[in-house]
Amino acid sequence: RASLPERGLLLLMVLVFLEGSVLPLGAASSPDVTHQANSDNHIVKEAGHNFTKKPFPVLSLDYHHIQAPFEISLWVLLASLMKLGFHLIPRLSGIVPESCLLIVVGLLVGGLIKLAGEQVPPVLDSRLFFLCLLPPIILDAGYFLPIRPFMENLGTILMFAVVGTLWNAFFVGGLLYAVCQIQPGNPSILHQLELLPCLLFGSIISAVDPVAVLAVFEEIHINELLHILVFGESLLNDAVTVVLYHLFEEYAGVGSVTVMDVFLGIISFLVVAVGGVLVGAIYGILAAFTSRFTSHTRVIEPLFVFVYSYMAYLSAEMFHLSGIMSLIACGAVMRPYVEANISHKSHTTIKYFLKMWSSVSETLIFIFLGVATVEGPHNWNWTFVTVTVILCLVARVIGVVGLTYVINKFRIVKLTTKDQFIVAYGGLRGAIAFSLGFLLNKDHFPLRDMFLTAIITVIFFTVFVQGMTIKPLVELLAVKKKQEAKRSINEEIHTQFLDHLLTGIEDICGHYGHHHWKDKLNRFNKKYVKKCLIAGERSKEPQLIAFYHKMEMKQAIELVESGGGVKLPSAMPSAVSMQNIQPKKLPPAKPAERALSNLPKGREEEIRKILRSNLQRTRQRLRSYNRHTLLADPYEDGLGDLLIKKQKMIELERKIKDMNNYLTVPAAPPDSPTMCRARLASDPQAYSMKPEPDSVPTIQVDLASPQSPDSVNLMDEFRRAEQQHEEDQGLMMKPPSGESGPKKPGEEDGSREHKLMRCLSDPGPSADEDEDEPFLP
Amino acid sequence: MGALQSSPGQHEYGDLAEKTGFSFRQIGVLHTRFKQLSHNEETLQRDHFNEIPDLACNPIRAQIVGAFFDRRNFRENGEGTVQEIGFEEFLVVMSHFRPPSLHMTQEQRESVRREKLRFLFNMHDTDNDGTITLEEYRHLVEELLSLSETLEKNTAKSIADAAMLEVASISMGHMEPDEFYEGITFEHFLKLLNGFEIESRMNIRFLRMDTTTLCK
Repeated sequence: RASLPERGLLLLMVLVFLEGSVLPLGAASSPDVTHQANSDNHIVKEAGHNFTKKPFPVLSLDYHHIQAPFEISLWVLLASLMKLGFHLIPRLSGIVPESCLLIVVGLLVGGLIKLAGEQVPPVLDSRLFFLCLLPPIILDAGYFLPIRPFMENLGTILMFAVVGTLWNAFFVGGLLYAVCQIQPGNPSILHQLELLPCLLFGSIISAVDPVAVLAVFEEIHINELLHILVFGESLLNDAVTVVLYHLFEEYAGVGSVTVMDVFLGIISFLVVAVGGVLVGAIYGILAAFTSRFTSHTRVIEPLFVFVYSYMAYLSAEMFHLSGIMSLIACGAVMRPYVEANISHKSHTTIKYFLKMWSSVSETLIFIFLGVATVEGPHNWNWTFVTVTVILCLVARVIGVVGLTYVINKFRIVKLTTKDQFIVAYGGLRGAIAFSLGFLLNKDHFPLRDMFLTAIITVIFFTVFVQGMTIKPLVELLAVKKKQEAKRSINEEIHTQFLDHLLTGIEDICGHYGHHHWKDKLNRFNKKYVKKCLIAGERSKEPQLIAFYHKMEMKQAIELVESGGGVKLPSAMPSAVSMQNIQPKKLPPAKPAERALSNLPKGREEEIRKILRSNLQRTRQRLRSYNRHTLLADPYEDGLGDLLIKKQKMIELERKIKDMNNYLTVPAAPPDSPTMCRARLASDPQAYSMKPEPDSVPTIQVDLASPQSPDSVNLMDEFRRAEQQHEEDQGLMMKPPSGESGPKKPGEEDGSREHKLMRCLSDPGPSADEDEDEPFLP
Repeated sequence: MGALQSSPGQHEYGDLAEKTGFSFRQIGVLHTRFKQLSHNEETLQRDHFNEIPDLACNPIRAQIVGAFFDRRNFRENGEGTVQEIGFEEFLVVMSHFRPPSLHMTQEQRESVRREKLRFLFNMHDTDNDGTITLEEYRHLVEELLSLSETLEKNTAKSIADAAMLEVASISMGHMEPDEFYEGITFEHFLKLLNGFEIESRMNIRFLRMDTTTLCK
């Protein structure tokens, strides 16, 4: 928690930047003077040298040179500082959603600019919005779209998106026209409004906005079904909006629409929707194919993802197809293949860049909305605005209720009243509506200003009123929240099992249902598509194994990030280990036995006792993949015990050294804080830690997928060596191979470890550290 | 409705409908399918299932077929397996996949969940001893991975081990080093799949099935 002086400092910085941003933006209108003066000087200089020589300008101000990028950067900086600032005020961010606060900031900035007497820049210019601000948000949503729930509810989502939006548009447009026409005795500006402009207005205002939905729903953590319903609807209604908008805009000038036009409109809708998806899918496949060959230039992998997606969006926009749907299709299609091909670092890069861009975009959009509100142009008409707001709400509610009634006949999991309420209430409007309104031509639509005012009012109403109250309402109605549980290996196993089971039952019934086709698609995917688009061995990797490896990676990374366990995660420490579930087989001292075959009996017994006790303790502490903790026990007891154990190890080491190096233990002793070999039995992946006494152990994970030719051979070598051991070896004590001399086993094992540590496709954190250091001083 | 009047024994259907919860129409369709599968005989045997071509590429085919002949699924508290089943047993097994009705109380929903999870449990617990041991779990994972060409036995084993470990840590919490976790009991299984929402996932749409789509 930031203390008071820090908060004060940050607020001060924010204010300074606000002021600072006003001046350059204001200076936008007066760069000409300085420029003129400069050019005058140049002309003067060239004209002749008989003029008085001016002193050489040591320091000069040339704002115009950097004006545009500077202003953009300033806006972005402002947006980010605002985001920072909100989280420093704890109670506020709990009550008011971020989007509202940002709009207020935008209003303030717009107000400041206006007060300074300068002209407000046209920030929500449609080109800027549609080409720069919107794509990152949509790409982020599309790339991380949860495919399974989306596909399962696709029918419902399409119904809401297509039929719902059409209903909204016509209801609002039609009734608005009717309302405008009443009071014939008192002619007002409203009577100029024709039917088609009304319908156009209706179609602009009726689309649920993905940006606003994302912004608000992200904070309420609602259950997955509702989230995907509202969000999916907001994404897929873009096609409808595009078609309706162009249709009405085109014919509003003419004044009438024939049946032929309606028919063409329907065809156009299909073309726009399907075409958009196709364009996106093609670019997605291209991206996946390209990523197959990037194993040697990992650094530009994220770039391919971004550029192909952006080009998909632009290509769709070029043909007036639905850019949003194209972007979603591109992200969703490329993701499984790209993720199988790219390195882990690229994956992290992509994730963070997308989140960063979409976050900044969203913030900017809301701020600009505030600024654009201040600027106007406004034409406030009480009747029009209030009727619009009321009609929007009513239309939404009727639409959702009616559609749910029809949809529930076809759904297995029916939508309850609570669900319907949330879906209706979550229909927020946002900046897309405003931009579309802004795009209208003033000549064709003389009442454009009135439209804009009404659109802004509806946006404000939905974002402020609905956005702020949805959280308490969700609590009040006890709507199911998002399950926080992480995906576990058991759930994955059972999900797959259930899929196969249901497919089997469908086959037995002879019913070619939903599971049957899904299974066929999966098999096609596995047989043909994966082979083309995924590099190397990964193309044959079954999903379960891929999932499992991903889990292990995550665990390894968590272990490193937690400082090797010095700070324990507060999750439930469960003390169940491998040996608890393995049926009791061979005595654990077997490897020690093999190792000590050449020793006198007495010594052997002693060593065996020591080793056995240490092994057992290790075994009981080592956890294999466990979703709660992956730590060796030493850390539990704290530093005091650590020292005791270290002493014991020193003792053990001395004893072993006495025995003429017959047994070299290249691995650190079991309870040493430096060595946790948390390894699953005969698992292709190996974690090995650097033997550094008192620093953070570094884990270098070798992925099973051979991304460089070297790693394959070495992994095989390693695996072969492992298979000699017993199954559940908690600790890798490498026994020397029988009669080998004193130094050899250690060397051999050491070098093997060296090789393993070096064969990574990405440079590890400490690739050149000294690996020959003894593990104990 | 005309088709139904010609079907045998509507009173039979009444009993079946009550026992399994299917509607008359659904029962009629399933009966047609049953007759198709059994070549118009009275009982179905395992070989009849093996004739279904689509089922051949299913990795867990053996377990699915086995479930039909498992007396534990006949809701009569029986045990062991049978060699052939009649239409009633066929229908009872199918009824495990019926979607739950919209208006259900919490207890009804809970009992539907238990029933479906019990079906899954019986499929895993092949030796009928009431627990899923590590060996059985390993077998399950191997079956799931059996379709892939490169079956790495060790990976399958380690996946099963990891999964078992997780169940143990969820159910038992803390265990002493020399304690041994026998296997997953039904209660542990329930606890494990608590968040799985099986009552909405383990369903087949028996709604729209007509005989024209039933093909071999």
